[in-house]
Amino acid sequence: MPIFSEQEVQEFAELQKRYGAPAATVLPVLWRIQEKMGWIDDSAMEEAAAICQVPKSHIQGVVSFYTMFFDKPMGRFHVQVCTNVSCMLHGSEKLYNDVKGKLGIPNHGRTEDGMFSLEEVECMGACGGAPMMAVNERFYEKISTDEAFTIIDQVGASGNLPTPKFFSQLPELSEATNR
Amino acid sequence: MADTPKLVLPDIPGLRNIETYIAHGGYRDAIGKAYSMAPTAVTDEVKKSGLRGRGGAAFPTGLKWSFMPKTNEKKKYLLINGDESEPGSFKDRQIFEFNPHQLIEGILIASYAMQIDHAYIYIRGEYGYWVKMVEKAVADAYAKGFIGPRMKENFRPSGDGVEFSVDITVHKGAGAYIVGEEMAMMSSLEGGRGLPRIKPPFPAQSGLWGMPTTINNIETMASVPPIMKMGGEAYSKIGDPKHPGTLLFGVSGHVNRPGVYELPTGTLLTDVINVHAGGVPNGKKIKMVIPGGSSMPPLRGEQLEGVKMDAENLKAAGSSIGTAGVMVMDEDTDIIHVLTRIAKFYWHESCGQCTPCREGTGWLLKLLQRFDAGEAMASDIDLLHDVAFNIEGRTICALGEAAAWPVRFTVERFREEFEKRVKPGLTVESPNRVHSLRKGGLDIVQVHVPVVERV
Repeated sequence: MPIFSEQEVQEFAELQKRYGAPAATVLPVLWRIQEKMGWIDDSAMEEAAAICQVPKSHIQGVVSFYTMFFDKPMGRFHVQVCTNVSCMLHGSEKLYNDVKGKLGIPNHGRTEDGMFSLEEVECMGACGGAPMMAVNERFYEKISTDEAFTIIDQVGASGNLPTPKFFSQLPELSEATNR
Repeated sequence: MADTPKLVLPDIPGLRNIETYIAHGGYRDAIGKAYSMAPTAVTDEVKKSGLRGRGGAAFPTGLKWSFMPKTNEKKKYLLINGDESEPGSFKDRQIFEFNPHQLIEGILIASYAMQIDHAYIYIRGEYGYWVKMVEKAVADAYAKGFIGPRMKENFRPSGDGVEFSVDITVHKGAGAYIVGEEMAMMSSLEGGRGLPRIKPPFPAQSGLWGMPTTINNIETMASVPPIMKMGGEAYSKIGDPKHPGTLLFGVSGHVNRPGVYELPTGTLLTDVINVHAGGVPNGKKIKMVIPGGSSMPPLRGEQLEGVKMDAENLKAAGSSIGTAGVMVMDEDTDIIHVLTRIAKFYWHESCGQCTPCREGTGWLLKLLQRFDAGEAMASDIDLLHDVAFNIEGRTICALGEAAAWPVRFTVERFREEFEKRVKPGLTVESPNRVHSLRKGGLDIVQVHVPVVERV
């Protein structure tokens, strides 16, 4: 079963006209695959290669290069804790270990129910809101361990991402859970 | 602080909405003035303003634009760098969130000045939400006919102006610090791994798909409309004469009010920390400040008095402006632990093309982990400095310097911190014995190097 319908393939062909070569849509195509499937498997890579008119080996190279592309199944909610300097100065190493303990999974691991995965990430560009935790695309800034636990509990119970304390993002934007 | 100009992030509620932006003269004043001039005159105006790139290298923007060929034989591209992955730097995100249309207007003006065919805004993948915000802003501007073929109906050139249109596409990255390097960003946009390329050829000769390309930072682009509105001359009088304008200072770490502050260049570093960011919590002393994002040389707390925040003055003080991401560390901070974390970042983010960087960043990390664990030898201090020194200038891109500078300058400026972590009595008999015996004609397998037990 192909991932993309004919209409979607046509949309990519339109997008390719905006670039100097079809290969430029590798990242957009891989993002769409990951939004739909949660990760990028072997057959998906073949499909991406055909759309972007590049060898499959090229796609594999790209997927392995960028940290945000997953080559194995990850949780519906991908929990990311930054431990880089600005966050570290505000105790993010403890936060990361606490979250790790709560979820009971290692770095890049996934809970058995497929709900959560965990990653210790590099700077996410939220240094002013340190320490921070991101769940999928949503940033939770200036949070304590207790607040992080509450967020994880809420997500686990409802399957929805709660609104962050510091939420200045456009409300009309559609909710993206990455999955 | 009412007297400091807010050019990039003005205090206007709802400015992210296109209607509010238009109501405040957006897509009219600045671009209208640009359109009344010849394209080369726009570049000259930016040259006159003294605007320098906000992405780290502080290269004069007008000069960069003038490198582009004046003819339209080949397609010309503009690439806007919104990868912003430098630890301690979070300014571009504020522009995406609070003033995306000024960014777009700046891109339109730059595109007109260089007669660009297509502009790409590359935004890091971690900023998924902000990518959507900018995409929405671009879509709104398209709908109003400010971008794309309908520009020709909306903007009638007057005076020396020429008829012109440009397309803008938002491109989302996927998590790679190295893509913030301009040559790597082109590799990434073309759909490959984000590997830097050797210069020359420079992007203005052979960039995206072999066509002339200019790469500018997000903040640089957002600074262009104010320049057009007030004129290059007036802009050049703001802040420090050699690096004029306003900068977005991202202050993080041990301060009471971390955040992004727009201030004129040449503002005192102590004012940025104590006045604007509210000082250090609990009145503690400052031990170390990294003034321009984690790749820049750190300054000692005692060194801060009188240091001005602009490219030239900071260079004279022994550091660099970088992305103006100020990281403040108080007297209780474990410098070695901080530096180990920085080294880990560059080790993780090295793309692996050049041996000095690929291997050197790993060496730096391992050595620093020894110090962090209190398991280092006295000679490791100089070894650390030596490894850092041997990365610099031996790599395709600046990630080599980015990894080496913080380590080298921390060793030079905080040597006592390293000495505290040396384990007394720990030595290796002859660290270079392999090499010395090799010269004597012995087979390498016959050489026995004594290994010191590490607990």
